[in-house]
Amino acid sequence: MVFVKQVPDTKNISGEAMTPEGTVNRAALPAIFNPEDLNALELGLQLKERFNFKVTVATMGPPNAAEVLREALYRGADEAILITDRAFAGADTLATSYALSCCVKTVGNVDLILCGRQAIDGDTAQVGPQLAEKLNIPQICYVEEVVDIKEKSIKARRSIEGGFEILESPLPALLTVIDINEPRPASAKGIMKYKKAKTRSELAKLHRDADYTEATVLLEKENELRSKNLWIHEWDAGKIQADINRIGLKGSPTKVKKIESVVLKAGKVVSIEPTEVGINGLIRELIEDHTLG
Amino acid sequence: MSTRGNVWIFIEQEGGEIAEVSLELVCKGTDLAKRLGVKTEAVILGDKLDGKFDSLFHYGCHTVYQVEDKALEPFTVLPYAQALVKLLKEHRPNILLFGATLKGRELGPRVASEMMAGLTADCTDLQIDDFEDKVAKLSYKDKLMQIRPAFGGNIIATIVNTWEDPQMVTVREGVMKLTIPDATKKGKIVKITPELSPETKLMKVLERVRQPKSVDLKKASIIVAGGYGVGSKENFKLIEQLAEALGGQIAASRAAVDAGWINHDYQVGQTGVTVRPKLYIACGISGSVQHVAGMNESSKIIAINSDPDAPIFSSAHYGIVGELNDVIPKIIRAFKAKI
Repeated sequence: MVFVKQVPDTKNISGEAMTPEGTVNRAALPAIFNPEDLNALELGLQLKERFNFKVTVATMGPPNAAEVLREALYRGADEAILITDRAFAGADTLATSYALSCCVKTVGNVDLILCGRQAIDGDTAQVGPQLAEKLNIPQICYVEEVVDIKEKSIKARRSIEGGFEILESPLPALLTVIDINEPRPASAKGIMKYKKAKTRSELAKLHRDADYTEATVLLEKENELRSKNLWIHEWDAGKIQADINRIGLKGSPTKVKKIESVVLKAGKVVSIEPTEVGINGLIRELIEDHTLG
Repeated sequence: MSTRGNVWIFIEQEGGEIAEVSLELVCKGTDLAKRLGVKTEAVILGDKLDGKFDSLFHYGCHTVYQVEDKALEPFTVLPYAQALVKLLKEHRPNILLFGATLKGRELGPRVASEMMAGLTADCTDLQIDDFEDKVAKLSYKDKLMQIRPAFGGNIIATIVNTWEDPQMVTVREGVMKLTIPDATKKGKIVKITPELSPETKLMKVLERVRQPKSVDLKKASIIVAGGYGVGSKENFKLIEQLAEALGGQIAASRAAVDAGWINHDYQVGQTGVTVRPKLYIACGISGSVQHVAGMNESSKIIAINSDPDAPIFSSAHYGIVGELNDVIPKIIRAFKAKI
């Protein structure tokens, strides 16, 4: 099972995403597949080829997050689950990992869970280890390579401060993955097939204005998509049997007191001409104030 | 007098050698403890640690919990988490600090999850203040303000843990300053043998390869850093020449590291090292917020960039718009002529 996240593209903040005050306009940022989750998915797909796993990809997020699930299907994932419910909103890492653990339990019989090390919007790297704890299974963080998998154990190489180590762990286990591979692009065949894959909300939206009794038609459409393996499961808090007190804001011990935008302070910068005279003057000044020499 | 718990620091060690970030946290923790009127206590896990941690007392610890078991050397997360959780449940510290290292970021979340405690990652500042939760209409006195960059470094968030203690955070390396140690200070050692359950020992380390870090940027007083604008690995020699001439250390931005011109040990910024040298020369570095976060406390910053609109100029004290191939040799000549 691979957990992924749709994130705002915080790494490529372009001019249009900046307000005149120098802060970020989040709405202007494109939503992307979290980079290290793509590495985790790629590892999952390689393990599918090596060991004949079935790869289920899941994400928690708003209805639009179905887009990253389709992208995962284009690349070769077998099944996709969108965990979505207003009750999940405002979750910190503890509440998130609890909800994901409920999803794993609902799926059942999961041998291996892969996550990217961290998402680029929060950079916390906490959900992986916390999910492992919630499921009471071992975790191997910062995985560089899966050396081998046997029926009941896994051997993986992972990064440590100043080097690496090879760990052996019983299965089921959770791995967090760093930027270790070149994620395969979506295949043309995959896109052809799975661009039609839909969640229930997407299906309902598509037929919103249709002039027929919706319930039966929707059910028919759903069954058609299911039979063609084009159904993206959409699970809410009830479906995964999540305790309502442990999800969303209610299930989050951390509260945000204050958010400040980083405004790069406009310069009191002294401009130095790139000439012998300009640079000699600067060096003299730095030697005189004992910065240099 | 409240029954408030103490300030705890998780001490990270490798082969008995204490990580510098742990000492930085003892200093910050001592500061917080004074503010709260409680004690500073440290917990160190491993095997055969006797005599390896006097420095913790010198920097301000009152007590060190020394937890020893063969299964705690080398570090693996399951026995560490179990031993630590037992101690936390017994002593209920008010605050628990981890370094935001690979180990700290692996262990902290596991422990927080089991304790049902909040955890804030990668803090760059910690303060004590009151907190009013306007939504829940609750107010809290003397809480830990957990301040961290988020959203790719574009915002700074202040986060508070409102559930039961401990208030847990990981803190970025090099951000908290070391105080002057007092070698006469002593403290209490509490030895503990944890009773680890067999399932924590199922994970095995088959092989372990470590090399000491190739460089310690935090100690350098002059840093010459190259970015993507350097253009090639070949051109990075210019950066080396300038550093050598000035008696400084080379460093790099993430873009130069990602391009493969230099290894990650040299990276300054949010995902690298935080530095505050006397002089920082940024060569061909555009100046993303992520990079600037790791160097903007340098006493003097010179930026050299061919793009006059590069954001780095707004963080610099001196700006030179020009080509590195032209400007760097001129600096070297000017310095050699004056010295």
